[in-house]
Amino acid sequence: MNSFKVLFDQETWQEIFGSIAKNKTRTIITVIGVLWGIFIYVTLSGAAKGLDNGFEREFENVAMNSLFVWAQSTSIPYDGFKIGRSIQLKIQDVETLKKQVPEIQYIAPRNALGVFGGSAPLVVKGSRSGNYNIYGDFPEYTKIATKKIFDGGRFINTADIQQERKVCVIGERTRDELFEKDVNPIGGYIRINDIYFQVIGVHKYVEGGGFESDGDIFIPFTTYRRLYNTGDRVQWFTIAAYDDADVVAVEKQIKQSLKRIHRVSPKDERAFGSFNLGEIFGRISGFAKGMTFLSLVVGIATIIAGVIGIGNILLISVKERTKELGVRRALGATPGEVRMQIILESVFLTTLAGIIGIVIGALVLAGINWGTTDLQDFPYTNPTVPVSFILGALFIMVFLGTLIGLIPAQRAVSIKPIDALREE
Amino acid sequence: MIKIKELHKSYKTGKSSLHVLKGIDFEVEPGELVAIMGSSGSGKSTLLNILGMLDVADTGIYELDGVPIENLDEKKAAQYRNQFLGFVFQSFNLINYKTALENVALPLYYQGVKRKERREIALDYLSRVGLADWATHLPSELSGGQKQRVAIARAMASNPKVLLADEPTGALDTTTSYEVMDLIQKINDEGRTILVVTHEPDIAQMCKRIVHLKDGTIEKDSRVEQVKALPHV
Repeated sequence: MNSFKVLFDQETWQEIFGSIAKNKTRTIITVIGVLWGIFIYVTLSGAAKGLDNGFEREFENVAMNSLFVWAQSTSIPYDGFKIGRSIQLKIQDVETLKKQVPEIQYIAPRNALGVFGGSAPLVVKGSRSGNYNIYGDFPEYTKIATKKIFDGGRFINTADIQQERKVCVIGERTRDELFEKDVNPIGGYIRINDIYFQVIGVHKYVEGGGFESDGDIFIPFTTYRRLYNTGDRVQWFTIAAYDDADVVAVEKQIKQSLKRIHRVSPKDERAFGSFNLGEIFGRISGFAKGMTFLSLVVGIATIIAGVIGIGNILLISVKERTKELGVRRALGATPGEVRMQIILESVFLTTLAGIIGIVIGALVLAGINWGTTDLQDFPYTNPTVPVSFILGALFIMVFLGTLIGLIPAQRAVSIKPIDALREE
Repeated sequence: MIKIKELHKSYKTGKSSLHVLKGIDFEVEPGELVAIMGSSGSGKSTLLNILGMLDVADTGIYELDGVPIENLDEKKAAQYRNQFLGFVFQSFNLINYKTALENVALPLYYQGVKRKERREIALDYLSRVGLADWATHLPSELSGGQKQRVAIARAMASNPKVLLADEPTGALDTTTSYEVMDLIQKINDEGRTILVVTHEPDIAQMCKRIVHLKDGTIEKDSRVEQVKALPHV
C-alpha cells in the first residue's frame, strides 16, 4: 500500500482506533504523559504571558521610557563655587535640554505644593474643605503620564498656560469630598488659598507608582508660578524619551547637560537626582521575558519527556504484542504496514493527548483569569498563549511522536514472524 | 499445487550448525489432505514454516501453484502469504482484543477489502464453522475448540490455495480434536488443499496421505484409507 494513501484511508484509522480503543489502560497511561506535558506547557506560558500583561497594565498610565530629574546640592567644589551649593532647576533649562538631548520627546517641568516641601494648602468649597496637594503643570505632562479625565472635562491646555487661567483639574477624592453627590463639578468653583479656581476636569486615579494620589489638584504651571511666586524655578522635570531611545543613556546626557547649565562639576554625582522609570520597566519586562522563556523551555522539556514516555510504553507494548504482530504478518501484513500501524498509533495518541492537554490548559488559564480579574494589586491580566506557540507545540508533538514511534516500529518489524509466533 | 525439490535447511547455533532438512522432495496435488508426521526434531515444523514462507530454505526449489517462491523479501512474502496461504496454529493465535468476527476479517483487511464487505465475508465463514452466534465474542470467551474453529475460519477467509495447519489439535481434547478434524475434512471435501502437521496417529489417519519425516528426510510417503472424523465425535 502507498504510504500516503494509507494516511487518508478510513480503513487504516479504523484498525488503529480499534487497537487503541481495545487497550484502554495502555492508551490512558500513554496519553497522560503527553497530556501532562502539554498542559504544563500551555499553563506556564499562559501564566507568563498573564504576568507580562499584568506588568504592562501596571505601567500603562506612565510612558514606559520616562524619567524624573530633580536638583540637589553639589558635592564637589567647581568653577569657583564651594561645595554644598543648592542647585535650582529653571524653566529655561527646558529649551536647552531639548536642544542638547534630541532623544527627548516630551519634557514637562513641574512644581508642587505639599509633596516634597510645604504643606498642602487648604481647599474650600462652600462649607466643605480639605488639604490637597497642588501641582503646577504643562499640557505635555499628560503625554508622559496619562491622565484619564472623566466625561465632560479636560486637562490643562495651552491657552490656560498662556492666559494664566485660574482653572484646575481635581481628583476623584477631591470631587467626592468637596462636592455634593449629584452636583456636576465641571464649571464649579473651589477656593485654593482663598483664590477661586474653576474646575475644568476630574481625573480618574490610576495606581501606577509614584507619589500622586486621588486627591491631587492640577493647575496651569503659569498660574502656579504667579500664585506662589516661584518665578523661573522648577522642582523637577518629568521627561519621556522616544520609544527607540536608550533611556539610561538619555538620563546620563540630561544630567550632563544640566551640569553644564548650572556650572556643576561633570564628576558630581549628587548634584542632580533622578528616577528612571524606563530602566525599572526594562528590568521588569526583562523579568517577564525571562519567565516566558523559562516556561517555554520547561514546557517543551515536559512535552519531550511525555513523548519519550509514549515511546517507552509503545516499546513495551510492542514486546507484549510480539505475537499479535507475528500473527498479523503471517496473515499478510507487510513490514511497512506493521511499521505504519505502530507509528500512526504513536502519532494518534500524541496528538489526542496534546489536544486534550491544550483544552485543559486553556480551561485552567480561563479559571485563573476569572479568579484574578478583580485583584487590582495582582499583576496578572489576560493570560493567553499565542496560536503560534500552540501550533508549534502540536508540530513538535507530531514530529516527536513519529520519531519516537519509529523505535518500537522498527523493533516490531525486526522480529521475524516465525520467531514472533514461536514465542509463548 | 506444491512442488519442492532438494530442500535443505540448517540452523546455525554458535559454531555448530544443525542440519534440519536434508533434501526433501515432495509434491502435493490440488485437493489433497496431507498429514506430515514425525517425532520432535524431525524437521516437520521447519518444513511447514518454509512452505508457509515464514522461513526460507537454504537451497532447493519451491513452487506454489506454479509460482516459484524464491528471493523473497519480507514484503513479497507477506503478500504471497496473504494471497496463497491460510494458517492454523496449535495455540490458535487469535488476537485477544478482537472479536471472533474481527479476527476472521483480519486477513481481508490486509487484502484491502472494504470494511462492510469484510464483515459479510467473515460472518459467512464464521457460520460455515458453526459460530455465527459467537461473532461478537472475544477469544477469551470461547472454548478451545471454538477458538480453533475461529482460527480455521480466519485461515479460510482470504480464500487461500493451501491451508497449513501446525498441530491444529495439539491443544485440544480427543472429542474436540475430532470435531476440528471433521471441519478440516469438510473443507478438504470442497476441494481445498490442506497440509496438517501432527504427531498423533489417529489424526494422521483422518487425512488422505501421510508423509513420515525422520531426521530431516522423508522416511515414508503413503496414501491411506481416510477415517472419517464425524462418527467419532
